[in-house]
Amino acid sequence: MAKTLPKTDVVIVGVGWAGGIIAAELTKSGLNVVGLERGKERKTEDYFMVHDELRYGLRYELMQDLSKDTVTFRSTEKIRALPMRSYGSFLLGEGLGGAGVHWNGQTYRFLPYDFEIRSKTIERYGKNKIPDGMTIQDWGLTYDEMEPYYDKFEKLAGISGEPNPLGGKRSADYPTPPMKKSPALSMFSDAASKLKLHPYMMPSANLSEPYTNPDGISRAACQYCAFCERFGCEYGAKADPVVTVLPVALKTGKFEIRTHSQVRRILHQGGKATGVMYTDVTTGEELVQPADIVVVTSYVFNNVKLMLMSGLGKPYDPASGTGVIGRNYAYQVLKGNAAGFFDDKQFNTYAGAGSLGVSLDDYNGDNFDHTDLKFIHGGSISLSQTGMRPIANNPVPGGTASWGAEFKANSVKYANRFLSVGGQGSCMPFRHHFLDLDPTYKDAYGDPLVRLTFDFEEQDRQLALYLSGKCAEIMKEMGASHIDQLKELGPYEITTYQSTHNTGGVVMGASPDTSAVNTYLQMWDAENVFVVGASAFPHNSGYNPTDTVGALAFRASEGILKYRQKGGSLV
Amino acid sequence: MADQNHKGGSGHDNVEQPSRRKFLVQAGYAVGGVIVGGALGSLIRPSKKTENAPQTGEGTAADIKSYNRAPMFFTQEQLGIVSAATERIFPADDAGPGALALGVPFFIDHQLAGEWGFNSREYMSPPFYAGEKVQGYQGRLKRREMFEIGLRELENYSQTKFTKGFSELAAEQQDEVLKAFESDEVKLTTISASGFFKMLRSSTLEGAYSDPLYGGNADMNGWKMRSYPGNQMSYTDVIDKDFAVIAPSSLQDHLSAH
Ligand SMILES: Cc1cc2nc3c(=O)[nH]c(=O)nc-3n(C[C@H](O)[C@H](O)[C@H](O)COP(=O)(O)OP(=O)(O)OC[C@H]3O[C@@H](n4cnc5c(N)ncnc54)[C@H](O)[C@@H]3O)c2cc1C
Ligand code: SF4
Repeated sequence: MAKTLPKTDVVIVGVGWAGGIIAAELTKSGLNVVGLERGKERKTEDYFMVHDELRYGLRYELMQDLSKDTVTFRSTEKIRALPMRSYGSFLLGEGLGGAGVHWNGQTYRFLPYDFEIRSKTIERYGKNKIPDGMTIQDWGLTYDEMEPYYDKFEKLAGISGEPNPLGGKRSADYPTPPMKKSPALSMFSDAASKLKLHPYMMPSANLSEPYTNPDGISRAACQYCAFCERFGCEYGAKADPVVTVLPVALKTGKFEIRTHSQVRRILHQGGKATGVMYTDVTTGEELVQPADIVVVTSYVFNNVKLMLMSGLGKPYDPASGTGVIGRNYAYQVLKGNAAGFFDDKQFNTYAGAGSLGVSLDDYNGDNFDHTDLKFIHGGSISLSQTGMRPIANNPVPGGTASWGAEFKANSVKYANRFLSVGGQGSCMPFRHHFLDLDPTYKDAYGDPLVRLTFDFEEQDRQLALYLSGKCAEIMKEMGASHIDQLKELGPYEITTYQSTHNTGGVVMGASPDTSAVNTYLQMWDAENVFVVGASAFPHNSGYNPTDTVGALAFRASEGILKYRQKGGSLV
Repeated sequence: MADQNHKGGSGHDNVEQPSRRKFLVQAGYAVGGVIVGGALGSLIRPSKKTENAPQTGEGTAADIKSYNRAPMFFTQEQLGIVSAATERIFPADDAGPGALALGVPFFIDHQLAGEWGFNSREYMSPPFYAGEKVQGYQGRLKRREMFEIGLRELENYSQTKFTKGFSELAAEQQDEVLKAFESDEVKLTTISASGFFKMLRSSTLEGAYSDPLYGGNADMNGWKMRSYPGNQMSYTDVIDKDFAVIAPSSLQDHLSAH
């Protein structure tokens, strides 16, 4: 029998960005909150030796231990799903701060178009523009309604940037100015401007200058150390939950973090949660944490798994297209890019920061006419200088042998003579892309792995080619001696890193038929359960997700406080 | 090649490497009088003596014998094959040292002796089914087992084809053998020949360019060859400038710098 602990007001499952923000907001308002995190404690002192590409970049020191839990994957329902045995396509967070510790910090708002994608597509191009099986839907709230929450997250994190000339309206500027511009960034900006595009500095959670946020948290400026993505920031310059929201929550005396706690079930009775069951992974003991409100912030895959394991919400059935848990999984189309080799110029690309870059949105959302194109939406195009570490970056012009004398000579020659312009393509949901429980493979606690069924569609193939063409035009204007660009997107494969921008599975919306949570991230089927994260996105935009995750976490916090006062469904 | 002799373009050659403490204090890391937490805070506070920091300043690198250049996992024969194969993948040339001189064989050996060789942070639970390419590696063998089989098969193939062991073959013959593995022209039953080759190639690059603490990238010569500065505390002063060569520093320098 599991031991039952004293009841708390709120229990949070997973302490990353979403869990951390909600913990800070609720404890500031006086609620008692317990945060359960399956991984370990973390602090900036842990990063003294973090500039180690092998240990952190390639051996995934900060990520989820796949021997305990992973996902299974198949391209279609016709084949057997098999486990992602080693890392590739995406990297899952684990430990205090979650993936918010080893992210880059590229912090974009989605476009107004994103929130009303279905209505706006039909309005401009007619219903036939949406292909069979593409299950796009409006999000249930508009960009204007989201704007104040974006603003809150950006002030919390201290985002450094300048307004996007093609983005939605802003109520305030970014709290800190843009980062420094490297020569490569300037070349990209100049080339793009010459082509009459609209470049702007990438919004960055790597601080351009020292900053104190509205909670009184002071952080130092980024040192452009080039060990950002996949690494923790030893300076605390990169906004992460450990250096921003968690100290705020802890200071209230109302937040208790329990690490090494793997949550396995949400307990519920009569349509309301009563708490959660978890395993203390250091002892194997099963514990029950009763709570008035359960907040699930354990990232896309685990959010879906917990719902399905706990029998909360109706599981999605791809055959009939009904049910909501597991529906509308989407990803990111990142391969549409152009690689430029410069025979006569060297760049200091050994330096950089996770979100040092210049972007443009001329080919994103509905900022351009899609009438004659075989896809909707688009992607942002950027040149970013995140730091080219030497093991992972050995670019050579197409046609070079992949090993031996020729490879070595070219890889050394071009080590500092290479730039890449990349498209970050949006990804639309399809009826046959979904998450459910694997019938065969189990995690270390005996629970099923999550099963992912996904492949790129014609929409994605067209989009990737389109974006790589645009990237190549800019690269040409930048004067590269040799340009390699994408010829064909190919099938989705789980073996090479693309992005940890997995979305959907517990999506939000205006109707319980097509969404699991309402626009406060409150479950339609259990009013005291809130499921927060990119799992709520009905589709994925041409940007990184975290500004939107942060904004939704603020929105959910507001909802939880309202619910605490009034009870019932918030919409 | 212009970048061979590590002469900087705009005088960043001798960028001073201040101690971490000094650096942080100078950089004004106490924000508005408040000491920023974490790693920074503990550096700005009166320094705790780093007990384990290696003594520097006395003997030169050449005086110190590198005791970690001995195999933990490979037999001598295996070490010989790995040495020959990785040197073909990443040969010494005008630009600088190859795999052998960089210590790549010892790097690979040491990696296989540890967690990576045992795939200990990967999902290795049954059942095992052959999958589609897009689903990735689905075998039950661990990396150290794959290496043992792969090296034995390199040797077998060399003996069959040239009646000599891999290490004794001429360079072109070694390339031929490696190519036969890379393209799966050699058919193996227990492992995929190309999968093994891929692993050999990627671990060669890891050994050439990872921090020297792992036994490869000897004296940071891999980094020097491509003008990579290794582990620097800050690039604030150079990020908006043109390319310059910065003398590299390693994690050991990082440890002893405060
Ligand atoms: C390498 C990398 C680079 C990235 N770069 C960017 C970027 O530049 N811009 C951007 O917008 N986004 C980026 N992202 C994505 C970003 O990190 C995520 O969007 C964000 O961290 C998600 O926050 P979250 O709180 O929803 O989830 P997470 O940060 O994943 O937190 C979830 C937490 O829940 C815990 N958990 C899971 N299951 C359980 C369980 N059963 N019981 C208890 N705890 C559990 C996990 O251990 C984890 O700590 C990047 C991600 C990676 C991996
Ligand atoms: S690049 Fe900047 S924000 Fe990123 S880890 Fe280094 S100092 Fe921190």
